[in-house]
Amino acid sequence: MRFALLLLGLVLLPVLARAGEPTDAFSAFSSGDYDAMAAAVTELAVSGDPRAGAVITALQAGRLYANAAGQLLIREADGSFRDIASGKPATVDEDDVRKIRMNNAVRRAADAAQGGLRLFAADPATRRLAAAALFKSHDPASLPALSRALAKEQDPSVRALMAEAEAAAMVMSADAPEAKKLAAIAIIRARGDLDASALLASIPNPTPAVAAAAHDGVVAIQRVLQLWDVLESVFYGLSLGSVLLLAAIGLAITFGVMGVINMAHGEMVMIGAYVTFVVQDVIRSEAPSLFGASVLIAAPLAFAVAGVIGIAIERSLIRFLYGRPLETLLATWGLSLVLQQAVRSIFGPTNREVGTPSWMSGAVPLGGLTITLNRLTIIAFAILVFAALMALLRYTALGLKMRAVTQNRAMAAAMGIRTPWIDALTFGLGSGIAGMAGVALSQIDNVSPNLGQSYIIDSFMVVVFGGVGNLWGTALGALLLGVVNKFLEPVAGAVLGKIAVLVLVILFIQRRPRGLFPLKGRAAEA
Amino acid sequence: MANDDLSLTRRRFGGLGMAAMAAATLGGGKLATSAARAAESGPIKIGILHSLSGTMAISETTLKDVMLMLIEEQNKKGGVLGRKLVPVVVDPASNWPLFAEKARGLLTSDKCAAVFGCWTSVSRKSVLPVFEELNGLLFYPVQYEGQECSRNVVYTGAAPNQQAIPAVDYLMQEDKVQRWVLAGTDYVYPRTTNQILESYLKSKGVAAGDIMINYTPFGHSDWQNIVAQIKQFGSAGKKTAVVSTINGDANVPFYKELGNQGIKATDIPVVAFSVGEEELAGMDTKPLVGHLAAWNYFMSVDTPENKAFIKKWHEFIKNPKRTTNDPMEAHYIGFNMWVKAVQKAGTTDTNAVIDALVGVSVPNLSGGYSTLMGNHHITKPVLIGEIQDDGQFNIVSRTPGLVVAQEWSPYVAETKDLIGDWRAPLSCGNFNVKTGKCGGASK
Repeated sequence: MRFALLLLGLVLLPVLARAGEPTDAFSAFSSGDYDAMAAAVTELAVSGDPRAGAVITALQAGRLYANAAGQLLIREADGSFRDIASGKPATVDEDDVRKIRMNNAVRRAADAAQGGLRLFAADPATRRLAAAALFKSHDPASLPALSRALAKEQDPSVRALMAEAEAAAMVMSADAPEAKKLAAIAIIRARGDLDASALLASIPNPTPAVAAAAHDGVVAIQRVLQLWDVLESVFYGLSLGSVLLLAAIGLAITFGVMGVINMAHGEMVMIGAYVTFVVQDVIRSEAPSLFGASVLIAAPLAFAVAGVIGIAIERSLIRFLYGRPLETLLATWGLSLVLQQAVRSIFGPTNREVGTPSWMSGAVPLGGLTITLNRLTIIAFAILVFAALMALLRYTALGLKMRAVTQNRAMAAAMGIRTPWIDALTFGLGSGIAGMAGVALSQIDNVSPNLGQSYIIDSFMVVVFGGVGNLWGTALGALLLGVVNKFLEPVAGAVLGKIAVLVLVILFIQRRPRGLFPLKGRAAEA
Repeated sequence: MANDDLSLTRRRFGGLGMAAMAAATLGGGKLATSAARAAESGPIKIGILHSLSGTMAISETTLKDVMLMLIEEQNKKGGVLGRKLVPVVVDPASNWPLFAEKARGLLTSDKCAAVFGCWTSVSRKSVLPVFEELNGLLFYPVQYEGQECSRNVVYTGAAPNQQAIPAVDYLMQEDKVQRWVLAGTDYVYPRTTNQILESYLKSKGVAAGDIMINYTPFGHSDWQNIVAQIKQFGSAGKKTAVVSTINGDANVPFYKELGNQGIKATDIPVVAFSVGEEELAGMDTKPLVGHLAAWNYFMSVDTPENKAFIKKWHEFIKNPKRTTNDPMEAHYIGFNMWVKAVQKAGTTDTNAVIDALVGVSVPNLSGGYSTLMGNHHITKPVLIGEIQDDGQFNIVSRTPGLVVAQEWSPYVAETKDLIGDWRAPLSCGNFNVKTGKCGGASK
């Protein structure tokens, strides 16, 4: 009798265990043991449990909660809770539940699991993501699902991704035949990016033929990528150059055109960045839907705020110091310290968070290049600002007066131009442009009271290198310095690269003291 | 003149070894004792030597505030030895020579019983001779490169083995990392830490080709090709991680670039030793989720002590959004240790307090006790946290016990035989166990 019971137990045990399996997986979620959690995620994904997708999605989104008893709950978008085991809404106190957190191992498992679960989703974009996730996890266990999905797939681009994912899983599989592995290597080699090269370099226990094919593949991919590297450095250089240009172009006006050694220039940039912060802060609390446009709103505002501050500085300080460069240097340097400490007192010494609108974040692949969108936007912004400034100086009455005053003050005054007023406006224009540079810099750098300091030296370098008084020189100088810097950096390292650039600029200035494009004729003597 | 005398004494130090050292210490002690006796009544002055302006204000201002809070609270309890505590706040303005000058002022004209201050290693190196000359007492709250052990400094931050090495161990075990990028800002802390880490990794069988070391200038803001290089280095088919000793200000553009180029923590995790809650407060952390930091304290530590501390901090600073961080906890521990030592010694005399300090245990905020060891470093648990989207850390690993600091790294050839122990009879910060002499290799 007893024996029979035991036998029955033995027969039933696997059945019971099977029925209980998903619940076991669930209990691992609330255990706090990350290894168990990662295993549970994988197990849940293949269990066929209908709740698997919802649970893993909630986990990834940070909407999976557990109470003290280990009961799992999903928090819905409206803040209500739903019990997973029963699928019914549950009323719980916020304080009684805690969010289930992940570590990187669990995150990887969840990504891979989602890949498997979403392979058959209706939306091709989701299937594409799923295939990409499976390529990344390259787990041989996903092979059967991938071949089923491939058989059904109609969309050619998704098919290609799935084929790559299948190839990735194939080369990782221990028992796949050599011929299949070689075919898979060809597919991966055709993909031709860094991930493909990494995958080919990590094939476990390859046969000699497989090892040779993989090695060839890595070499071929690296050779192509090296060519792209050159283009990539050019892009990085242009992007750094556009940042330098933005930072320097305001100075090209206040220092280059007006001749004011303006050490407080960096602080105008910093003020522009803080304007962006304030704009975003207001938008976040008042109209969150406008967040995408926050940078666009901030740019003219930063121009206005920094411009008005610039005019105020010119009227109250700098106009008394024209023709006395040393005093100007000291006074504006002191002013920069005052402005820094003022911002520190108002906003605090710590960094302020300036968010990046979604249309500016991320990257787009272009051949073998990764073009980051924020950098691309900044390049476009720099070109736009430069073009607008040139147009203003060339085609407007204000521009004409500015040029007249800087070229020959006495004659301009004789023609009836109110030169002090033009001085103030010119200084305001330079400061305003610095403010707009601050909006761009807030997207890539710290927004802290020290922001301006790190750009002042570079700005002076660009203006002097390009030729004082010449805006085209500033533009070309900035781009040239950016590109040279980015080609030197991988060879010499960032520290030596920076030193090398400085030495090059010093040597250049020794040879041509007036920079790349010296002003010629009478304007040069003014 | 006074400086000439000092250098003479110094030179003799090395030549005559321990005996001279002990004598010099006693001599200095007598001087200080008489000075302290004059100030044995009335309020006790506490020096606060943190930059309130300049580049380091971003980190150090908070520490000044936390010290003011701790002092205010101690005064509410009646002060120490029945005497009130008075903070003396000075601003060395992120200017290293000014640190030494202000420290001299705190010790000579203000006669501070203890000074809490410094952040960067260079500022500590700048004030060190002053504290040794005037026999002062400095509590240094920041994680640092080690390789120092002064009688006049209490190091409440982590030594490399209390932060860097456990973090590397974690990645090796949990993430099976085989390839390492050691990225740092170009100055003494990252260079020493990376030197230690490099020889540690090699001792664990990592090949030289699997280690990439990269230094960048202070405030480096254009990370495009370095991040691309890291990406490329990480595509050799082995799991890769970045160990970052990048200093404060350069971190924001670094992490922004990582996020933009799509490097996720699940691909190439970055473990940082200088990024805490305060630094994250200025960043959008959504693209950073899963990157790691190693500290001895996180704001998210779930203990009643920590909850109370955060509550007090928010009340004091009148801003419920302000974060707490590891160096703040270090000051909390250091201040409480000083209070306990003064109570134990019954005096604020520097020598008596230094002797009383060793062995003092006070609660830390992560639910245990930290003890000051003979090497003037404290025992700490090491926590590894992953960045969350709310700017806090999720603690994913914690050393089972407390870790004792190795002030001299066993992974650096010149210092592997050195130990520091300021208890009698050794009373030496750099005792060479091979030669049996005090005054080891380098100070």
